[in-house]
This record gives sequence, structure tokens and C-alpha cells, in this order.
Amino acid sequence: MQTEVDDSVKLEAAVDLKGSVFTLPVLQICSGSIDAIESELTERLSAALKFFKHAPVVIDLEKLSGQNLDFSALLKLLARQDLVSVGVRNGSAQQNALAVSAGLAVLKGGPLQNILVQESSESVEKPKAEHRTDKVVEEKKNNKGLSSATKIVTQPVRSGQQIYAKGGDLIVMAPVNPGAEIVADGNIHVYAPMKGRALAGVMGDTKARIFCQSMEAELIAVAGNFRVFEDQIPSDIRAKSVQAYLDGDHLVVAPL
Amino acid sequence: MAKVIVVTSGKGGVGKTTTSASFATGLAMKGNKTVVIDFDVGLRNLDLIMGCERRVVYDFVNVLNNESTLKQALIKDKHCDNLFVLPASQTRDKDALTEEGVERILNELKKDFDYIVCDSPAGIEKGALMALYFADEALIVTNPEVSSVRDSDRILGILAAKSKRALNGDEPIKEHLVITRYSPKRVELGEMLSIDDVKDLLGIPLIGVIPESESVLSASNSGVPVIHDIDSNSGQAYADVVDRFMGVNLPLRFLNVEKKGLLSRIFGN
Ligand SMILES: Nc1ncnc2c1ncn2[C@@H]1O[C@H](COP(=O)(O)OP(=O)(O)O)[C@@H](O)[C@H]1O
Ligand SMILES: [Mg+2]
Repeated sequence: MQTEVDDSVKLEAAVDLKGSVFTLPVLQICSGSIDAIESELTERLSAALKFFKHAPVVIDLEKLSGQNLDFSALLKLLARQDLVSVGVRNGSAQQNALAVSAGLAVLKGGPLQNILVQESSESVEKPKAEHRTDKVVEEKKNNKGLSSATKIVTQPVRSGQQIYAKGGDLIVMAPVNPGAEIVADGNIHVYAPMKGRALAGVMGDTKARIFCQSMEAELIAVAGNFRVFEDQIPSDIRAKSVQAYLDGDHLVVAPL
Repeated sequence: MAKVIVVTSGKGGVGKTTTSASFATGLAMKGNKTVVIDFDVGLRNLDLIMGCERRVVYDFVNVLNNESTLKQALIKDKHCDNLFVLPASQTRDKDALTEEGVERILNELKKDFDYIVCDSPAGIEKGALMALYFADEALIVTNPEVSSVRDSDRILGILAAKSKRALNGDEPIKEHLVITRYSPKRVELGEMLSIDDVKDLLGIPLIGVIPESESVLSASNSGVPVIHDIDSNSGQAYADVVDRFMGVNLPLRFLNVEKKGLLSRIFGN
């Protein structure tokens, strides 16, 4: 398989198969009960919902330890949540067979990150060096400037608006008003009052951080772990310069 | 070059139509040839406030549908020679508001008028989007309360993202904040947001504060825009808005609770 840098259209070929590496959110299933999964998912997704809209997800079966699952019911449930299931991993031979017959792919382990379910788990490995095949490195080179792109916003982000820095950091140099949402795959910096919602590391980067010059946010989230500030923001951080980061499962919001 | 000014807010009942009527009247009284268009198709309010409802024969939708000429539909104001009203229809034919149709009418009006004031309906649906789409400037009408400010913020986001100027990458729409139904007493009691609260959140220049006043209601009932009521504080506040729009630097007025006389202070009300 050849990885091509230029996108020039080849008239002769009707299809062209290319290799690419994607980071996908992983949904770790911890229960065989579709109802339990649904209620948990609804609750967890509601805050960050829009950003997972139509997102591809990988279903991780490790925690089920061989227990059977109604895949067609699960697929319908995920579709109702606007998630697109692409495949399973860490399944038993029997689970994999059932998954395939439900139309899912079987994925081999790999450096995928767990973003939707926050139980601390050894299965969230770090990418191992040997996983970085030549192809991955090459892909990275080709996408240079794209994957590490930092998005800078200089206009106010207003109620109802949504800004997403895909594949990188987001820097906002104007107010983020209540009802506005700023989202990044990487870190978020806000150099003005932050009164809306900020979600960093939405594709699973648990190392992502949020920095706000004046913390007045409605919601802060890092890699799917979020805190809602419904009524009063605690006085030690309110209108202060803060950073938010994950300490294990715990989302810390602390003065700078 | 003619200017298109949208009067918008997101929220209903905040004073858009009241503001459109007085602002357009004020511009006309300063010698500008002005037309005010009611974009609230189906509700039709502006003609009542302007006191010309009995003279409506053809309306905006008729012109959009080529059922009448613009000339037939424009109603000349009874107080100002320079002022015309293009009323909305009473039917609910909102589909008539197409981008091409609205643009055609605005272009035709631009040949004759200095200012085209567009009175937007509430919400962020078709009518509101069409009213703001072609705007050069915008009056953002906001009441000093959280939900109104939030909706105005939304509209500002839409102006910055979905207007023609935004989509073409032209110079952005010039925005002006009009705070209406302002009650100094209720601000003092903490029942309303202060002017600074509203300004801080919206972050656009303030062009005027219109106090809550009974003269607005009586003006509406008699079909004479309140700016004609030069004895009322809201009429004067609207006149200030027009002056500031024309570039005159004026201090804000009517922001504080009127000081009561010594006797009434001693004896209460
Ligand atoms: N400054 C004011 N003082 C008192 N009442 C006002 C004031 N401005 C508007 N109103 C009243 O508020 C109501 C809604 O005003 P209107 O201009 O029709 O709002 P909109 O066009 O935004 O829906 C009307 O009854 C009007 O008389
Ligand atoms: Mg109205």
C-alpha cells in the first residue's frame, strides 16, 4: 500500500486504497444489560453530546470477560445516541463471531484511548514504541501542520456558537459567553472571561489541560471527565486564573 | 450609499418594533429619506405602531410575489415626508421570504432611500435571518435581564457568522446596543441587570438606554411613535439614539432613580 501525499485525481482508478491511522474513542462495556448501558451512556454523554455526534466508536469487551451481549440491540442503542459503531476489540472468539455477524469489524488491541468510560483501568495503555510502524510515522509527516494545528480565535464566542479545534489546541483571546461551547482534541486556553463550556481532550487525551484567565464557566471537561458549575463556582476559583487537568479519574480545577 | 439597518434581539417583546418605529422616524426627521420594513410576516405590528394600518392595501409579501409594485405597497407616513412604511402581510406565507426576493426589494429601495430599517421578528428562524442577512448595521435591542441578554448574544453570534457580510468576508456588520425597558428602580433593587452587566457580557458599543415608561404604551395605542412625544423621557432617549447614530456625542440620560423632594423623602410616598 502506498501512501500518497498529493490528492490528484487518478482518472483510471475507481477506487484507491490508502492506509491511515485514526484515533477512535473507545466505549468500554462493563455490563451485559442494554438498559444499564443506555442509562449510563445517556447520562455521561449529555454534557458532551454534541461533540460525539456521529463519532465513530470502538466497543471494548474486555470488562465483560466473555459474557454475551446482544450486539444488534447495542448497535441500535448507539445509533440512537448518534454514535457510529465501527467494531469491537478485546472480545472472546464467540463474542467476535457475534459481533461480525452484527456487521461490526474486529479490531486488534493497539494504542486506542478510553474516553467515554472513566474507570481507571490498566487497559488504557500508552502507545508502545513498536506500534509506531513506518507507516504511522510517514502519515504523521504528511499531516504535519494539520494534526498539530493550533486554532486561534480572536472574536467573542457567543451563546449557541461552538468552536472545535480538531486535532490540536484551541486558544481563545476573547470572551466565551454563557451558552457557548469551545472544544479541542488538545488543550484549551482562554485569555478572557470564560463563561461558557470548555471541553479539552475530547478524543481521549487525558493529558489535555484547560487554562482560563477568569474562571466563570458553566462546564469544564477533560477527556470526558467533567464538572458542571450549576449554581455557584467555589470562591477559591471563581473569576480566578485556573487550570483544569486530570489526576487519575479526578478532574482538578485549581488556581494557577 | 443607502444603509440597511436591522433592529433585532432574538427574544420577543423586548421593544424591537417600538425601536424600529421611533428610530426610523428620528432618521427621517433629520432629513434622511427612510423606509422601515416589517419582517414579522403573519403578525404585522409595525403598521399599528406607525398608525397606518388602515392604509395597508398591498404588503411586503405581495411585492415579493410580484403581486404588486413596491410603489403600490409603500405607505407614506402621515407625520414625516421622508418616511415610508413597508408593512408585513397578515397571512402566514413565510415561504415568500426568499433571499433572492428580499435582495431584489432591498436593491430597489437602495436607489431611492438613505436608510432602510428592518424590523425583525423574534426568534432565529427564517424571518429573523432574512431581516439581518443583508444588514450593514444592527441595533441589538436588549432588556436588562438574563434571558434577553442571552438571546441577544445568540443573535450577535449569528450576525458574525451567517450574515451576508460574514459569509462574504466583508467588513463586519456594525453593531449598536440599545437597552430598552430600563427601570433604574428595579436595577437598584437588584431585580434587573445593570447597564455595565449587559455591556460586559455583550461587549458591543452602547448607543442608548430607553427607560421603561407608560408613554410608550400610549404612543402605541395612538399610533404615533414615542419619539414624537418630546416631553416623555423615552421619546427623548430615542432622539438621543438617533443623534448618536448620526455621530453626535451625547451623555446617557435617565439612568438613575429620580431623586424625590425632601418632603416626600420625609413622609414616604
Ligand atoms: N420603553 C418601554 N417602556 C414601556 N413599555 C415598552 C417599552 N418598550 C416597549 N414596550 C412595550 O413592550 C411591548 C413589546 O414591544 P415591541 O416593540 O412590540 O417588542 P418586539 O417588537 O420586540 O416584540 C409592547 O407592549 C410595548 O408597548
Ligand atoms: Mg415586533
